[in-house]
Amino acid sequence: MRGDQPFIRWEWIGDNRGQIWDQTVQHLELTVIAVGIGFLLAMVLSLIGIRFRRLYAPITSLAGILYTIPSLALFAFFVPITGLSTVTAEIGLVSYTLLILIRNITAGLEAVPASVREAARGLGYRQPRLFWEVELPLAVPSIIAGLRIATVTVIGLVTVTSIITLGGLGLFILDGLRRDFLTPLLVGTVLTILLAVALDAALLLAERWLTPAARATRGAPSAEGGSIAQ
Amino acid sequence: MASEQTRASGSPPERPIAIRLDRVTKRFPGAASDAVTELSLDLVEGEITAFVGPSGCGKTTTLKMINRLIEPTSGRIEIFGEDQASLPAHELRRRIGYVIQETGLFPHRTIAQNIGTVPHLLGWPAKQIRERTAELAELVGLDREQLDRYPSGLSGGQQQRAGVARALAADPPILLMDEPFGAVDPVVRTRLQDELIALQQSLHKTIVFVTHDIEEATRLGDRVAIMDVGGVLAQFAPPAEMLRQPANAFVEEFLGNERGLRELSLIPVSAVPLLRCCELAPTASCSDALAAMDREGVDWALLIDGDRCVGWLDRDLLKEGTSDVRAVAEPLTRSISPSHTLREALEVALTSHTRVAIVQEDGRYRGVLPIERIAAHLEDK
Repeated sequence: MRGDQPFIRWEWIGDNRGQIWDQTVQHLELTVIAVGIGFLLAMVLSLIGIRFRRLYAPITSLAGILYTIPSLALFAFFVPITGLSTVTAEIGLVSYTLLILIRNITAGLEAVPASVREAARGLGYRQPRLFWEVELPLAVPSIIAGLRIATVTVIGLVTVTSIITLGGLGLFILDGLRRDFLTPLLVGTVLTILLAVALDAALLLAERWLTPAARATRGAPSAEGGSIAQ
Repeated sequence: MASEQTRASGSPPERPIAIRLDRVTKRFPGAASDAVTELSLDLVEGEITAFVGPSGCGKTTTLKMINRLIEPTSGRIEIFGEDQASLPAHELRRRIGYVIQETGLFPHRTIAQNIGTVPHLLGWPAKQIRERTAELAELVGLDREQLDRYPSGLSGGQQQRAGVARALAADPPILLMDEPFGAVDPVVRTRLQDELIALQQSLHKTIVFVTHDIEEATRLGDRVAIMDVGGVLAQFAPPAEMLRQPANAFVEEFLGNERGLRELSLIPVSAVPLLRCCELAPTASCSDALAAMDREGVDWALLIDGDRCVGWLDRDLLKEGTSDVRAVAEPLTRSISPSHTLREALEVALTSHTRVAIVQEDGRYRGVLPIERIAAHLEDK
C-alpha cells in the first residue's frame, strides 16, 4: 500500500453510494439463492439417505468431494459450459453448502427420539404429516446450525465469484487490490463481514422463533423447582 | 364363539370380548424363532388385562400387534368382533389409546397440544379440542397452568399423567399401555397405579397393560397373562387364582417367593372377620385391666371410649401399681381401615407392639386383626 494515501477516503464512499448498495444487494441475492437451493437439494438428498441407508455414504462422499474442490477451479471448470453467468456462480456456491447441510439435516432428523416417533405413529400419525409436524420441528436446531455455517461460508465465497465478473462485494475488494486503493478494499471487506454477521443473527432469531419449547426450558424453572407464580 | 372351548381359560362368556387374538404368531425377519407363538386370548371389555413376563417374552410385541405398529406374521386379531386389518392402520390407531414408558410426549409441543394430538389428527375444531384438553387435564390431575408448559417443564410423574391424558383424548374404548410407569420412582409409581385404578373405576376402558413387574400386574390386572420366552402363554387368569394355583413351574417361579404376600395384597381387610379382644372402658381400674389381660391371655388391652379407640395399655407399665390407667395408656400410632389389604394389615401388625392391626373406619373402632389371623389366611390355601 502507498504510504501517502489516507486510511479511508469518505468522499469515495459518498460518490459510490449507489454502487455499494447495488453490490451489497447482489451479494445478498447470490447468497440467499445458493443457500436456498442448497437447502432444498440437501433436504431431498438427506431424506433419500435416511430412507435408503445404503445411499447415505455415497451421497455424503460426493458432497465431500465437491466441498474439497478449490472454488476458483470449480468456477473455471464451469465457465466454458455455462459461461460467465449467475448459473456458474450458483453451481459452485450450492455445491459448497451440500456437505454441511446434508450432515446437519440428517443428524437432526435422526436425533428425533425413537419413543417420540413411535408414540406419534401409535397415535395415528403417518407420513408426510409425521415429517412436517413432528420430525422436522424437532430437527430445527440442527438444521439451522447447518444453515448458519453454510450461509457464512457462502458469503465468503461470493467475494470470489466477483472474479467471474458477477458482482457482489468482492468487486470492491478486487478493485482495491488492482488499484492499490485501500478504501474500496475496506468497504468490500467490512460489508462482507457485516452481511455475514447480520444473516447469522437472523438465522439465530429464526431458530429461537421456531423452537419455543427450547426457549421455555431456558427461561422457566425446572419442574422439580416448582413454580414461583400462582 | 364356536371355538370358545379351545380358547384360553378365564374369559367368562357373559361379558363381551373387546380384543380377540386368534393364533397370532410373529416372527421377525431374520429371527431364528418366533417372538410370539400361536397366541390365542380373549380380552374382556372393560377389564385391565396385564401382560407380564421376562424380557423376550413377546409382551410388547403382542401389544404392538393390537394397534398394528407390528404386523402379525400369521393369525388374526379382532377388535369388537371386527378384523383389525380391515381398517387402515393409522385410522385404527386413532381409535386406540397408546401410552409408552418414555412417555413419547412431543417435546416441541405444549402439554395442551400434546394432549390434543388425536383430536387434532381427527380434525376437531380448535375450541372443542381446547375444552376436551382442559377436561382431561382435570381428569388426570394436571394443573391448568401446566397445560401451557412444554414436557421438559414437568416431572416424570406429571409427564406420564399427560401421556395418559393424551391417550384418552378421543375417548377410545381401548387403551394400550406399554410399561407406562416403568421409568418413574417407586413412590410416584404406586401413586400413578392408584390413579389408574381410580380412573378405570369411572371410565371402564378395556386396558392392555404390559409390565415386567409381577407386583404391578397382580395389582392392576383384572386378569394377568404370564408369558414365557418366545411369546408362549404360560397362564391367563385373575391374579388371585394365579397366585393360588400357578399353572406350571415357570409361573410359580415368576410369581416368586413372595407369592403369599402378594396374595395378601389382593384381599381387603373388609373381607375377613375382625376380632373384638381385650377392650376396656377408660374408667377401668388397674386390676380390671390386668384381669382382662389374664382372661384373654395377652399382655395388652385397648381403651375403648364409646366407638373410639383412645389408646392401649401395656402390662409392663401397669405392674407399677398405677391407679389411673388413662395416665399410662399409649396413644395409637398406626391403624388401618377396612379398605386396606391384608398385606398392609400384616405390616402394621408386625411393627406394632401388640402384634395386632387395629382396624378403624372414619375414626371409629371396628376391631383387631392379629398376626396369626392374617397368617392363617395364607395357610388355608
